[in-house]
Amino acid sequence: MKPKRLSKDPLNLIITGVGGQGNVMISLIVGKALVQAGYFVTIGETYGASQRGGPVMSHIRISEHTQYSPFIPDGCADIILGMEPVETLRMLSKYGNPNVVTIINPRPIYSIDVTGGQASYPDLNELMSVVRKLSAKVWVINATEEAQKMGSAMFANSFLIGALVASKILPLKRESVEPVLRETFSREIDANILAFNKGMELTKLSAT
Amino acid sequence: MSGIAIDAPGTSQLFIGNEAIARGALEAGVGFAAAYPGTPSSEIIGSLAQVAKEAGIYVEWSVNEIVALEAAAGASFAGIRALAAMKQNGVNVASDFLANLVMSGTGRGGLLLIHCDDPSAISSSNEQDTRPIAKWLDIPLVEPGDFQEAKDMTKWLFDLSEELGTICLLRSVTRIAHARGNVKLGELPKVKPKAYFDQTHDLKNVMPTKYIPVPSPVRHFFQHMKLNRAREKFEIAPFNRYVGPQNPELLLITCGSCWLYSLDAVKALKLEDRVGILKLGTIWPLPEKFLEQYVTKAPKILFVEEIDPFLEQSVMELIAGLTSLDHYPVFYGKRSGHLNAYGELNPDMVIKAISNILGLTYQPRPVEYSSQAESFRKSHVPERSMTFCPGCPHRATFWAIKNALKLDGRNGFVTGDIGCYSMAIGPAGFFQVRTMHCMGAGAGIANGLGRLGQFGFDQPVLAVVGDSTFYHATIPALVNGIYNQSNFILVILDNSATAMTGFQPHPGTGITAMGEPTKVVSMEALCRSLGARVEVCDPFDLKATTATLLDMMTEGGGAKVIIMRRECELVRSKKQDAPYKVYVDQDKCIGEDCGCDRLCTRVFLCPGLVWDKKAGKSRIDEVICAGCGVCADICPRGAIVKEAR
Repeated sequence: MKPKRLSKDPLNLIITGVGGQGNVMISLIVGKALVQAGYFVTIGETYGASQRGGPVMSHIRISEHTQYSPFIPDGCADIILGMEPVETLRMLSKYGNPNVVTIINPRPIYSIDVTGGQASYPDLNELMSVVRKLSAKVWVINATEEAQKMGSAMFANSFLIGALVASKILPLKRESVEPVLRETFSREIDANILAFNKGMELTKLSAT
Repeated sequence: MSGIAIDAPGTSQLFIGNEAIARGALEAGVGFAAAYPGTPSSEIIGSLAQVAKEAGIYVEWSVNEIVALEAAAGASFAGIRALAAMKQNGVNVASDFLANLVMSGTGRGGLLLIHCDDPSAISSSNEQDTRPIAKWLDIPLVEPGDFQEAKDMTKWLFDLSEELGTICLLRSVTRIAHARGNVKLGELPKVKPKAYFDQTHDLKNVMPTKYIPVPSPVRHFFQHMKLNRAREKFEIAPFNRYVGPQNPELLLITCGSCWLYSLDAVKALKLEDRVGILKLGTIWPLPEKFLEQYVTKAPKILFVEEIDPFLEQSVMELIAGLTSLDHYPVFYGKRSGHLNAYGELNPDMVIKAISNILGLTYQPRPVEYSSQAESFRKSHVPERSMTFCPGCPHRATFWAIKNALKLDGRNGFVTGDIGCYSMAIGPAGFFQVRTMHCMGAGAGIANGLGRLGQFGFDQPVLAVVGDSTFYHATIPALVNGIYNQSNFILVILDNSATAMTGFQPHPGTGITAMGEPTKVVSMEALCRSLGARVEVCDPFDLKATTATLLDMMTEGGGAKVIIMRRECELVRSKKQDAPYKVYVDQDKCIGEDCGCDRLCTRVFLCPGLVWDKKAGKSRIDEVICAGCGVCADICPRGAIVKEAR
């Protein structure tokens, strides 16, 4: 299958959050859907020790022509999907540039450095304004809050995948992602599909 | 479920490097695969185990790496294609047998050792480059540069191993093993081999079977001849290639994940017309004639490789012997300081090295943006240290250890090794672990410490090991402690899984890699049979655990064993809901006014407990809390409440 022209080649996407939030799951689903659409996809992720409550990131590099390395060079991200606000800013500061588009879930997760008193978590409104300063465009998606309404914070992942698809930054459509969601989740498949669709709707309404 | 056994030749799949290697092995008709889990290698066996039944192959988690390699060699001797997979440290464990196997040669079935290095030690106790073992022990070694090659090379290498009658090495690193990329599938074999140990051979009047590594000098000479034949194959192998202009100003010589970094760097700098990249897939022995064509054309050469200057030194040695050169090129790499001989590389490091050599400037984003971003990072991005998961039994264990050592009062301490529990070197485990080396090392070190009484040493020594580590590397140390009457307590952190590498089963779990029920090798029965005092505790019962530890320390005498038994929370939570609803009674918690000095959030440090700045009190973050209820037992005012769900 010949894939659709990309707005830029390679297209560089970063998914970031805290170990345990589901970073690897999101990157796997997005990556699988893109390979099925005919693209070369390389995904590099932080693994191992950092999965236990540390900062995590997945670098996803999408190309029509070739396999790129699993590292996005500094300052070269096109899209940052942040599952946690401070982690979003951590990635923006290293990989951001004046054209980067950011999708952010504004629910903080405090690190043990913060709860232990060695570090302090910034004021959320201030943090969001900094994120806006460093991004060309920002979508704020209350994924955790909405997922909790559905019964579990873990649905936030499907919510954010929905947001990513609805943002139309990636060459992905609802119809190509839904089957991948179905084959990847072993539990709560229908609830995850519902969260995915809600994420899409919410994003269409909330572009800023 | 891993998709590595999909019978759809020609389709592209998204595989991590380890799955690509496993698929390559399936396409090659592998029949036997064994490993001990170790990041970043674990998914090779993990994915093969998932499809073992449908593919009609045998896959096992062995007790350690040397047994895995020996078992795989057994299969090779009986004509079955076999592989053993391991991380860099595993190669050290397996190396004694490996050195012998090189001399004896392999059987009718091809045999591969697949070793995944972890540059920067992202999930390891040390970083180490395993490529030199190929030179040291005379073994052919290849290294894939992307995901497709990881699959294709594995298949190709089985043929080579069989043709030469030697074990072959496939080295990978974290950024291939654990990264994902496109892999176009090939055909799966339909024929099943038959296993038979052939006891005849042409030197029967000298040696009873083929598989004996003596006479060693003769066998060593044979191995050198095999290496020469491997070199001939490597000269024309499809895994070595050159991209770039005919006469480059600068030639990069690279391998493995650095191939993709080099491509990225040359593209980012738009130097496709000035810089060439020579990518090697066959690493040892070097394809000398292939290399000669390119190294003679470039005035400058930069070696781009991870950890040791293996290619740098080997290629420089080759060039030193070339008679066709009238002058040497200028060499750049680790020796010149343009790239580090430690830690992993990335495209930015390669961009920087090339820019330095060619005198270029590189600016990926506006300077003002960079300085603004950097200042926001400093002012708005707090640290996020690693910690035990919410509900992790290790947090409770180290809490009990900390308190027992304090109550004992003799300045006792903990020796450890590598596993999730290594995090106890830091705040997550209250800085309790004082030594951390290879698997089982804490128990070995405790053996020495526990024999120092005659020199006035009276500090209690606790050696912590994981349950899987106990079977892998601790039993000889325990036997030694009992035989030589060393005074230490072995603390086995039994969370019923090899948790750090992905919850693989082990001999204490009663289940095999392929999901079959099997005999449980009971750690308490084993330890008792050795004559040790053995206690079993639930670390969530802080009071009883602390008391038992204290009693064992007070008793003294030879080596003793305490088993901290509580399932890994990540395993438990997949099967059941949280046992408790936990909350902080806001009337009972008096915050800063309490004499506890924020014991729960400042010291216990479970990420499920947060400090509510506005209220000046503790609070549970319900998104994070696993509902284990342990914190309810540490609050001196009883303000943390656990309600059974």
